[in-house]
Amino acid sequence: MNIVVCVKHVPDAQSDRTFDAADNTTEREAVDGLLSELDEYAVEEALKIKEAAGDDTTVTILTMGPAKAADAVKKSLQMGADAGVHVSDDALAGSDSIATSLVLAKAVEKIGGVDLVLTGMASTDGTMSVVPAMLAERLGLPQVTFASELTLDGSTVTIRRDGDVATEVVRASLPAVVSVTDQINEPRYPSFKGIMAAKKKPVQTFSLADLGVDASEVGLDAAWTKVTQITQRPPRQQGLVVTDDGNGGAVLAQFLTMQKFV
Amino acid sequence: MSEVLVLVDHVDGQVRKTTSELLTLARRLGEPSAVFLGPGFDAAKETLAAYGAQKVYRVENPDVDDYLVVPVVDVLAALVEQAAPAAVLVSSSAHGKEIAARLAVRTGSGLITDAVDIRAGGSGVETTQSVFAGGYTVEATVTRGTPIVTVKPNSCAPEQAPGAAADEVVDVTVSDAAKTAQITERREKQKSGRPELSEAAIVVSGGRGTNGDFSPVEAFADALGAAVGASRAAVDAGWYPHTSQVGQTGKQVSPQLYVACGISGAIQHRAGMQTSKTIVAVNKDEEAPIFELVDFGVVGDLFTVLPQATQAVEAGKG
Ligand SMILES: Cc1cc2nc3c(=O)[nH]c(=O)nc-3n(C[C@H](O)[C@H](O)[C@H](O)COP(=O)(O)OP(=O)(O)OC[C@H]3O[C@@H](n4cnc5c(N)ncnc54)[C@H](O)[C@@H]3O)c2cc1C
Repeated sequence: MNIVVCVKHVPDAQSDRTFDAADNTTEREAVDGLLSELDEYAVEEALKIKEAAGDDTTVTILTMGPAKAADAVKKSLQMGADAGVHVSDDALAGSDSIATSLVLAKAVEKIGGVDLVLTGMASTDGTMSVVPAMLAERLGLPQVTFASELTLDGSTVTIRRDGDVATEVVRASLPAVVSVTDQINEPRYPSFKGIMAAKKKPVQTFSLADLGVDASEVGLDAAWTKVTQITQRPPRQQGLVVTDDGNGGAVLAQFLTMQKFV
Repeated sequence: MSEVLVLVDHVDGQVRKTTSELLTLARRLGEPSAVFLGPGFDAAKETLAAYGAQKVYRVENPDVDDYLVVPVVDVLAALVEQAAPAAVLVSSSAHGKEIAARLAVRTGSGLITDAVDIRAGGSGVETTQSVFAGGYTVEATVTRGTPIVTVKPNSCAPEQAPGAAADEVVDVTVSDAAKTAQITERREKQKSGRPELSEAAIVVSGGRGTNGDFSPVEAFADALGAAVGASRAAVDAGWYPHTSQVGQTGKQVSPQLYVACGISGAIQHRAGMQTSKTIVAVNKDEEAPIFELVDFGVVGDLFTVLPQATQAVEAGKG
């Protein structure tokens, strides 16, 4: 079986994430980046499937992003994936989810013979949670998203999806696009052996031309939305913090009464 | 005036509050037309009319409930073509965002997710979003196609304004392509008797500091008529269900009041609650980062502070 895992390189949430003043896009150069933590769950799930199958299942990591994004591929290979594909092109800078899903779909088609496309539930920077659904729409494959549990039985994939009002069991035939939540597994850390082995694993780089995508379809200028203004929130004015001297609960209730919550 | 499509969120005709909010916002952009799928229309009609739906498109095709996401996209895509609306509004749940995402690709339209405000501006629909765990506010517009916007719960106070709610049955054939991911089982969540987390006006959450005992958190929530939330640490420990998790990988809530009890305030937790109007914390550790956000905080043990506060609130009500 051929599994492709889509991963994203994101600014570290612990760093001061900000915007590029010139074009209102997420600042990716000046801040430290890493493999989006939520994508580690997708990589882990792919590795678990491969290990359970015990056959010649391959796990290919697919990312789109600037040169730095290669680090996200590397980390995934260190965890145990077999190969990487990095789509990189200057024209991609500032691409929105619509363009990203287009490029990823073309890359999945180019890789070819893919049985399962796995993704995380959201990126930790954009947090839109829309690319997996868009990818399924573009590839014309079943969308089996927000899996908190996944079982594969031959060519049938079944997941548990926890919604607001109900938990659903969703079933589809492969090939399919599956996104996984952080409930599904516990991602492994790369082992020393994994780190060494990753150095020899193949990583292919594709340009837009390789994928047959026209540069006018991607990047900031092609976005179907436009950011008109970005303002940094003034840090929340810290309010009153009192130390409980035996009366803290009563004071809290007073505050809530004053604010008309009671 | 152009129509504005509002996808109705309901359970068997019980319209959720988020839909009343969307109808209220839709009136700023044009004439709201509700899109109602599934059974229960008779129960829903009154609410939809009260909040200003002039028209209700009804679809009773059972495929809509049996397959994930895509049948709804088929319906909305057909209506976008038919009605040429000024915008399509969907509530910002995981499900809603996926519907909006596919609709955007399908109709070649710009998509804005998690808006906290929306209005008619000089260049069309304008939205406000809150990003990077509430650190920045972003204003945006849609430059292509039909603006498709998902709006966070509690983004406005629902206001009534009677509409005709004239219903029009639409006969949409759901494509075979939409029937590839089948919902084979649906287990309704147990009803807690408390408001639904994502739409509650008040949320009281517990974290690792509860040490597994949520009873003081629940009692305080009940005194305030609040929903109960939890941090991931509490969920991972198995103390509270994942559907109650607040944060980046849980629910994103923006209630009028958020009370964090025994929660340190990690960035991933903040991502789910930082847009709350008023924030209160009870935590033993005065250095806990959650105190940087609060309007009011108590440094103390939640096992003494919460019961006392609960009692005082109940006495005040009595
Ligand atoms: C990819 C990723 C996604 C994540 N998503 C989420 C998410 O969606 N939601 C989320 O919440 N977290 C999320 N996290 C986890 C997050 O980083 C924190 O680990 C988590 O929020 C901590 O939960 P906590 O505050 O309950 O626990 P802790 O950080 O351990 O804090 C417990 C607090 O309780 C206080 N305390 C202890 N005893 C008492 C007492 N008796 N009375 C009062 N106070 C007391 C302590 O002083 C402490 O501040 C995510 C992490 C990652 C890596």
